[in-house]
Formats: sequence, structure tokens, C-alpha cells
Amino acid sequence: MAKKLTISPITRLEGHGKIEIFLDDKGDVKDAYFQVVELRGFERFCIGRPAEEMPRIVPNICGVCPTPHNMASTKALDDLYSVEPTPTAQLIRQLHYNAFYVEDHYIHFFYLAAPDFVVGPDADPADRNIVGVIRKVGLDLGSKVIDVRKRCREIIKLIASKPAHPEGGLPGGVTRGITAEERKWIRETADDSVAFAQVALKLFKNLVLDNQKYLDLVLSDAYMLRTHYMGLVDENKKVNFYEGKLRVVNPDGKEHALFDPRNYVDYIGEWVEPWTYIRLTHLRKVGWSGLIEGDGTSLYRVGPLARLNVAEGMATPLAQKEYERMYDTLGGKPSHHTLAFHWARLIEALQAAEDMQRIANDPLLTGKDIRNMDLKLKNVGIGCVEAARGTLIHHYETDDRGMITKVNLIVATQHNAAPIGLSVKKAAIEFVKGHEVGEGLLNRVEMAFRAYDPCLACATHSLPGEMPLEVNIRDKSGKVVQTLKRF
Amino acid sequence: MAGKPKVAICWLGGCGGCDETVVDINEVILRIVDAVDIVLWPVAMDFKYHQIEALKDGEIALSMINGNVRNTDHEEVASLLRRKSQLVLAFGACACFGGTPGLANLRTKEDLFKWVYHDAPTVVNPHGSYPQSRVSVDGHELVLPEFYEQVFALNQVIDVDYYLPGCPPPPDLVVKALNAVLEGKLPPRGSTLAPHKALCDTCSRNKTKPNRLAIQDIKRIHEVEAKPDTCFLVQGILCLGPATRTGCGETCININLPCRGCFGPVEGVVDSGAKFVSALASIMDAENEKDVERLVGKMDDAIGYLYRFSLPTSILRKKRHNEVEEL
Repeated sequence: MAKKLTISPITRLEGHGKIEIFLDDKGDVKDAYFQVVELRGFERFCIGRPAEEMPRIVPNICGVCPTPHNMASTKALDDLYSVEPTPTAQLIRQLHYNAFYVEDHYIHFFYLAAPDFVVGPDADPADRNIVGVIRKVGLDLGSKVIDVRKRCREIIKLIASKPAHPEGGLPGGVTRGITAEERKWIRETADDSVAFAQVALKLFKNLVLDNQKYLDLVLSDAYMLRTHYMGLVDENKKVNFYEGKLRVVNPDGKEHALFDPRNYVDYIGEWVEPWTYIRLTHLRKVGWSGLIEGDGTSLYRVGPLARLNVAEGMATPLAQKEYERMYDTLGGKPSHHTLAFHWARLIEALQAAEDMQRIANDPLLTGKDIRNMDLKLKNVGIGCVEAARGTLIHHYETDDRGMITKVNLIVATQHNAAPIGLSVKKAAIEFVKGHEVGEGLLNRVEMAFRAYDPCLACATHSLPGEMPLEVNIRDKSGKVVQTLKRF
Repeated sequence: MAGKPKVAICWLGGCGGCDETVVDINEVILRIVDAVDIVLWPVAMDFKYHQIEALKDGEIALSMINGNVRNTDHEEVASLLRRKSQLVLAFGACACFGGTPGLANLRTKEDLFKWVYHDAPTVVNPHGSYPQSRVSVDGHELVLPEFYEQVFALNQVIDVDYYLPGCPPPPDLVVKALNAVLEGKLPPRGSTLAPHKALCDTCSRNKTKPNRLAIQDIKRIHEVEAKPDTCFLVQGILCLGPATRTGCGETCININLPCRGCFGPVEGVVDSGAKFVSALASIMDAENEKDVERLVGKMDDAIGYLYRFSLPTSILRKKRHNEVEEL
């Protein structure tokens, strides 16, 4: 008898999501669908708004990663008004951006991912949470996690108002400068963030990499998915979160495309399926392949591991060493090991912290010239950044008064939506056999999509500790025959 | 564990920022978690029905609900939590007034769908598919919630006991609200758990505002370099301070940006936009109706400024696109 497993809730982007797993007559996994069940219509109701207000409106798309929306929007305004931000404004924006990366990557790793690795995937669910992590790593380190997050969010607040809804950013600049007094505590935060990033990587090495059982899990087939990858790189093809060209590599690691994000329409297509409100992105030049991996797939992934896969290296020295170590362990580039997203995330946090340090020591940071007022409206503006979870594109068109007439947005979880479904399917195939739904299923399946950090994560996994999850197994009539719960 | 008050924290059509702000109360949350039994955080689709339905009516002491109501799932969850809760707190601008996504009421559902699934430049849709609330794929039945024609604020769908505005509400007010519930020191039902003053009353720039303002021109924020200590209105930059409730901590003012009204109307006022227009009329340097028209005409997107966070609860409510264009 065919059965259906529903896993919900799991994610948010433009709202909520769920995963449906279907079993065949033998009780083995047949299909898995990742559904986004909400739509809010930002692309339409922003029409008629003044373009310069957009960086203040779009953070509402996602309160978990609002900074990337604010920044992509601000950069779209630079393009719209053909204006280059002043050097000081560039530094302030990038300080804001790196501070966001550090706090966001850590809240993901420690609150969400670490329970699986630090406490252990088979540990009592009651211990598998941030409290359990703190117990294992010690209160000192636990307090440092909270402290680094808090202080990075203070930087965001200083530059851009509310961390959950940043409002700063104007075409050609920023709204507020940095004082010499503020530089002092910014520098301290940057220094401590670099030190902490190294501690975090050491912890990952000790607890995960030196533990053969965990390492085997990271490298296992259940958590492997062969896709293309996409991410921004700088002129030396190093990882860049804030600007650059988009590079795509194929499953063998060969360059598929390298392009100015302004030309994204030539490279990215959004496929529509009747069973989800999210549009499924794919490589337009390959053509929609359906939900398959490997040779012939048009699917690509974005996010930490994708960025490292498309780049030739990291932009900062300490992170570069860690990058080399990671690929040595994983057996070369590109890596298709989904759980390595976590490792890549920690390496990126180190780059972001090192970059914060560079900016904090730059004499221009406290410059007074925070805006370039030489604005020349050209009716189209496209801004692209790497959100923590992957490539983000804002495309605006306006009339001659700079009022919005058209908006197109491509957001991170969109790129990963189809791969998340595939990753869950692979993990489920491994753990669900002949109607036997093992107790480990919940967490093993969770781990498959948690690696992508589908937005919900941060705020919700922290306390009381567990990601709420339920798997319902239904017979053909829809009757629940077995329920596994974790609350 | 029995005896501890049960609390639910739940999102409907929200962005997660309200949940982040709960995390931002940092150390305090540990004490809160100790004092209450959190039965939901977060809430989403399936699982809440089973777990919450199993509770007795009124068994939850407090439900803090963020986000607006846009589809059948949101409404079902809101109604369920209402039934099971003694108190419902509308948490954040979306729940209180509809929020920024409430601006979607300027557009029809068909218009949204047509762009998103058909017209957008990146769409590849050879079969002309649109999301369906019920569809069969390879013999599997998949279900999506039904998308409503418009966005609703929480109190347009269920009874709400208290309001905590902001986008998101600041951590200090979240702590105050929780303490008020735990200590049973709540104001009368229907109250907003934030100061009763206007933002201007607490703004550090207010001292630069003369008794009689005479605005001659309205400027957009990218056109001018705003002075960091001077009232925005004095500089001809639209700032919703006179009509907006304070309590936000002036975080936008502090980065040299004017208020856009995320705390909603001041006490006793339903429509912050109308309130602001009357405030604006009194501070404009206008001799006659023609001057007023000229100045208001400079306000390119009146709705987007006046109802950035509150269109669904405004006197305009749901307007069709072409009607609104005429405003």
C-alpha cells in the first residue's frame, strides 16, 4: 500500500515549506517533494514605490536574512543611478555585510547544526539542542557564541538600524558615517571574531573530522548530490560575498559560465510547478531537466559549499589555509557532500571576520565622504550579492521619476529548492525501507535539509532547542498509521 | 511542569524577523523559558493542529502571533490558537496592521500570479502551470493552502487582546510585555503594550522643530544630504514621526533616516495616514488649496509613505489597482 510522509514545518523563505515523501507499494521511498506553501507578492506591490525606498521595504522579505535583501537593493540603486559609492561608503557597507555573515553563520552552526555533530546525531533528542551544545563545549565557549552574535548585531544596528529589519543604504552611499570612537569597539569585535572563528574551526576538527564515524557520515552517499554550483567570485576568482561576477561550474568542476549578474536573465530560468508556490531555478542554457542529479541536470546549488566550489580560493589568508585543508579531506573539488556545507560555512565566517578586521583598520572607514551625490537615473538597476544562503538578485525598472515600474527577484532558497527535495529523497531512501521507518529517520532527514540552512532555522532552533518536526505516515485513504514527533 | 503557564509563539504570513527579535532578548529568554512552558515555537503547517487541538480550550495562557493572514492555513492556525488561548497578543506590524506585505492589497491575486508565474523575465513555463491548492503529480496528491484575495491584519480574522507593534518589536518591549503577562499586570484588553506618545515627543531632533513649521518643498531621501541633528520635516523630508507611536528606540532616526511608521498610529488614532495628512496640512507653507495640491503632488507615492505598514487596517482597506492609482 502506498504511503505518504509529511514533514512540516521545515523552512521559510517567502514563508513556510513542507516536505512530502511518498512510499511505493513495497514501502520504499518513491518520491520526495519540497513545497513552499506561501507567496507574498513583493514583486508586484513594490510597483509605484519610489526606488530609493526599496532598501527599506525589501528586508521584510526575510527577517532571518534581511541584510542581504537590504544590500542587494541598495546595490540595485547604485546601478539604477549609475553611481559608484564613495570608498568610505563601500567600507561601511562591507563592514555591515561581513558583520551579518559572522553572526548569521554562527547562529546557524551553533544553534542549528552543532547539535547533530557536537552532541551527536544519535544522542537523546532532549540533549540535542543549544543547551546540550553548551554543556558539551563548556559554558565559556557557549557564552562566546552568544557574545559574538550580539556584538556583530550591534555593528548592524549602528550602521543600518534594526538588525531584523535594516533600513540603511542609499544610491551612491550610506546614511551614516563611523566615528573614531566607534571604530575602537568595531575593531575589538573584529579581532574577537577572527579569534573565535579559529576556535570554531578547531572545534569542528576535534569533534567531527577526528571522529571517523562522523566523517563517514559526511562522506556517505546518503548525503551526496551531484549538481552544478553558482556563486560570486572576485577578479581573482576568489570567494566574494558582496560583489563580483557570477560563476557556475558543472558537476565535474568545469566552468559552465562566468557572467556579469546584470545578464542573469540569459543564464537563470525559473520553472513553474503546480505543486509549489516557489519557482524552481535552473540553468537556462542547459534547459529544465526535471528533478534529477548528475550528468544532464540543469539544477545548481548555492550557499557556502557552492561558493567554495565555484571559486579558486578564499580572499583572506587564514581562510585560504582552511579551504585547502577542507578539499584535501573531502577528496578534491568540487565537493558534492551536502553536509560539508557546514564546514564551508565556518571557513566563510573566518573570511568574513578577517575582512571585518581589514575594514576596521582602514583609515578611510571614518571618512566623512559617505555619499556620492552624482546620480544619473537610467531606468534599470540590477543588484547582486551572496546572501548567507546563496545568490540573491534584485532587478528594478523605473519611470523617469525613479518610481518603480518592474521588479524581479531571485532569492537563495529558490536555487536550492529542487536540490533540497532531492537531498531529502536520498536520505529518506537510505533510512526508510520496506515500510520500516526507523527512529533515526527524523534526524537523518532533517540533517539533509538543515545543511542548506533554509531560513527558518536560526530564530527557531535555539530554544527550547529542537526543530519542531513531525512525520506522518499515511495509507492510501489518508489515515495516519504511524506518527513520529519531535517537539 | 504542570502549573507553568503555557505560551505559544507563532508566525503566520511573516518574515521571521519577529522570531529573531525574540532571540534578541538573549539572556532574559533563559528566565522566561524557565517560567513558562513554550508549547509552540515556531508554528507552521501540519503538526500544530494535532498538538494544539489536543489541548483544552483556553489552556494556553498566551499566544504571541506574528505575521498577517493571507491564506487558509494562516486563518486556521489563528482561529485554533484563539480558541485554545486566554490571551492573544498581535506581535509586530504585520499582525497589528497588516505590515509591509499588506501593500499587496493594492494588487489583485490574478495580477500577482500572472507576473510571478508567467510574465517575469526569468519564468520558463511552457505548460502554462499555476500553483493549485490540490494537484496530482505522478499519482501523488499534493496540497497547497488557498491564497486569499487580500491581506488581513490579525484582528480582522480573530479577536485580539493586546498589540505589540514594530517591525520588529524592540527586545525591551518584548520583555516588558512578557513580564506584564507573567505578573498579571496587564492594562485593559485592547491596549497597545507600548508608550502612548508620538515619536516626535521622544525624538532628540524635536528641539530643532520650530513652533510653526512652514514646509515649502518635499524632498526624497536620495535627493538631499540630510542634516544629522535637524528635524526631517524642517528639512522638507517626509517623516511619519508626528503620526506614529514611539517605542522603537528611534533606531532609524539614529542612522539619519526618517520614520516610516512601523509602530503604527498614536494612541486613539485608527488611521495613521489620515492623521499624518492632517498634521502635514498644518505645517505646510500653503496660502491656498493650489499650494496644498502642489505640495501633496510632490509626495510621489502617498500610499507607500502613509501606509507602508498599515494598508489593511487603513480607511482605504482593500483597493483595486486602478482605484488606487487615482488617489
